Amino acid sequence: MRKLRAALTPYALIFPGSVWLAIFFVVPTVVMLSLSLQSGNVSDGFVFTWNWQSYIDGLTNYHDQIVRSLVYGLAATLIQILIGFPVAYWIAFKGGRNKSFYLFLVLLPFLVSFVLRTISWQFLLSDNGMLLGPLKNIGLLPEDFRILATPYAVIGGLAYNFLPFMILPMYVALERIDPRVLEAAQDLYAGKVQTFVRVVLPLSLPGVFAGVLMTFVPASSDYVNASVLGGTKTTMIGNVIQNQYLVTQDYPTAAALSFTLMALLLVGIFSYAKALGTEDVLEVAAR
Amino acid sequence: MSNPSMQDPSFLRGVTQRRLGRRDAFRVAGLSAAGLALAACGVKGTGVARPTTSAEARSEVEKYWADKVRNGHIDFANWPLYMDPGHPELKTFTEQTGITVTYKEVIQETTSWFAKIQPQLAAGQSIDYDLMVVTNSIQLTQLIKLGYLVPLDHEKLPNFTKNVGERYKNESFDPGNVYTVPWASGMTGIAYNPKYIDTPPTSYAALWDPKYKGKVGMMADSQEIANFGMFLLGIDPEKSTPADWEKAAAKLREQRDSGIVRKYYDQSYIDPLAKGDIWLCQAWSGDVFQKNLSDGTDLKFVIPEEGATLWTDNFMIPKTAANPVDAITLIDFFYEPTMAASLAEYINYVTPVPAAKDVILDKAAKASGNDKKTLDMIANSPLVFPSPEAYAKLRTYRTLADATEQKQFESVFQPITTS
Repeated sequence: MRKLRAALTPYALIFPGSVWLAIFFVVPTVVMLSLSLQSGNVSDGFVFTWNWQSYIDGLTNYHDQIVRSLVYGLAATLIQILIGFPVAYWIAFKGGRNKSFYLFLVLLPFLVSFVLRTISWQFLLSDNGMLLGPLKNIGLLPEDFRILATPYAVIGGLAYNFLPFMILPMYVALERIDPRVLEAAQDLYAGKVQTFVRVVLPLSLPGVFAGVLMTFVPASSDYVNASVLGGTKTTMIGNVIQNQYLVTQDYPTAAALSFTLMALLLVGIFSYAKALGTEDVLEVAAR
Repeated sequence: MSNPSMQDPSFLRGVTQRRLGRRDAFRVAGLSAAGLALAACGVKGTGVARPTTSAEARSEVEKYWADKVRNGHIDFANWPLYMDPGHPELKTFTEQTGITVTYKEVIQETTSWFAKIQPQLAAGQSIDYDLMVVTNSIQLTQLIKLGYLVPLDHEKLPNFTKNVGERYKNESFDPGNVYTVPWASGMTGIAYNPKYIDTPPTSYAALWDPKYKGKVGMMADSQEIANFGMFLLGIDPEKSTPADWEKAAAKLREQRDSGIVRKYYDQSYIDPLAKGDIWLCQAWSGDVFQKNLSDGTDLKFVIPEEGATLWTDNFMIPKTAANPVDAITLIDFFYEPTMAASLAEYINYVTPVPAAKDVILDKAAKASGNDKKTLDMIANSPLVFPSPEAYAKLRTYRTLADATEQKQFESVFQPITTS
């Protein structure tokens, strides 16, 4: 009896999680996959017909937006690494006993709604707003200069909005470095730079990897930043999918585009993991 | 599972060992189950045919209204800024009839509102509202086609029958007001900020003028931009053909690709216009007026010489409404000229009740000072009471007959804004 119970325990433990996954991931995914292969329209209904045409239509009409989303996502991720790493490093090594306070400061803006934060950028960056207005008045910038409604605004918004998801995992990885390892490096006559490059950086890579996962994926499928901060020709694939669902009500194309994006992101993540030499992506991400 | 002592060897073996036979069986079973699931996911259509004869329409009306009674309450869904925040008209209504009204400004956009209520209506569930206001649009056509709206009993609408303006009786999107009656109409024209623009634009060509490069705002809505493209080319949008759409789309693409358009806005064009991010844009008449009123800005609205878009926001009762009799009573109440006048005074959109003009003029005659000035201005405003000549130049959107035509229309115009 005890043996049986012991054998069942692991299953019991994963039961709530698997039910959750089944209801909120597997079922929607199957429904969406099915939808992407249906044909029809809202008033006459959709019928399952193995209609691969939606994928072809989606790719031919919206390949620009797909590529753009990946490029924007990548650019935002790189900016986040450049900004986030020094912050995480500083908090982990120089934060002293106020570490948790600094982390709280990193998270503080996130107590405000995502959309609202993005809209407030509109005010900051407005053509004659508090930032650009004075610069234009003293002649540092030409009169028709603008940041809003450009790709830079969208990438900037993406980088800003997902920054904590980059900082936190990097912080965790850096925090966990045993100070004795650094002492050992110094004992072996490694300079500050060498210690950083050969000890700290490699040990922080799993954190960077997790950070990239947690920022690149949502950034490249985001639609809020493009619609609030973007202009013409800054539409991302998220906007297209939203539009196809809500405006055009072409559910199959929307579903097909969602799947294409998911596939591209998965391929990207796994090749990235391979390039980094990690065998088990998920294990690293979970660390 | 970092602690090895927690791992049960039998469990690990079960998970890790390759047992091909069973796995294969699972795979086949899984596939067929997935196949079944895929096929079962078809989305049912619920389309109904519009009654073709008046007898048919009458019988549908009678069938629906036969067992409906007054319950004393209404839940009313409307757009923001579409009624005086004190709701004076609703208070009068409650005093007169004893029916209480819960008024919610929950409709922000036709498309998202439709997306929100469609699944509930399709399942025959209540959307928690007995009355809602929706713009004539692809979505409205769908609401009608899908059978989500109650056929209105005109015998319960005596004020409407008596007071509604002639042109609202035969709208192309709902001839004979079978399912909808107008709440208010508005125009889509050009708004500009006089701080940056000296010569008022008079024609659609201003939105294509290279000297405003990067300072022009357009709407993201396909029907709105389509109409502007067609007005520019002198095409009547209501009677346009797919060939006309292509021509208009080419113009709109040219406007976008030469960098004249800064952005395609959802509803949020008015703040950028006031701040100077854009200097002129496609705009709704009432928005400009309300912005000036609430923030003291001095934005201008013009109806271009080529004509303009007239859209209508319509009352309708969803099929699953709990209190349809109360709702239709409220609809008719707004067709009393005094109520229509009171509403128009606040919202400054076109009222479907021409007699409201005399009510406002009467009031103006009795008022004095600033009140008199405002009332006179409203009564004579072409944006609230368009003259017959102005009406003659106003056109609404092209009504898209069926799903195929909708798809064709969207495929021409939607890629322009989602570039």
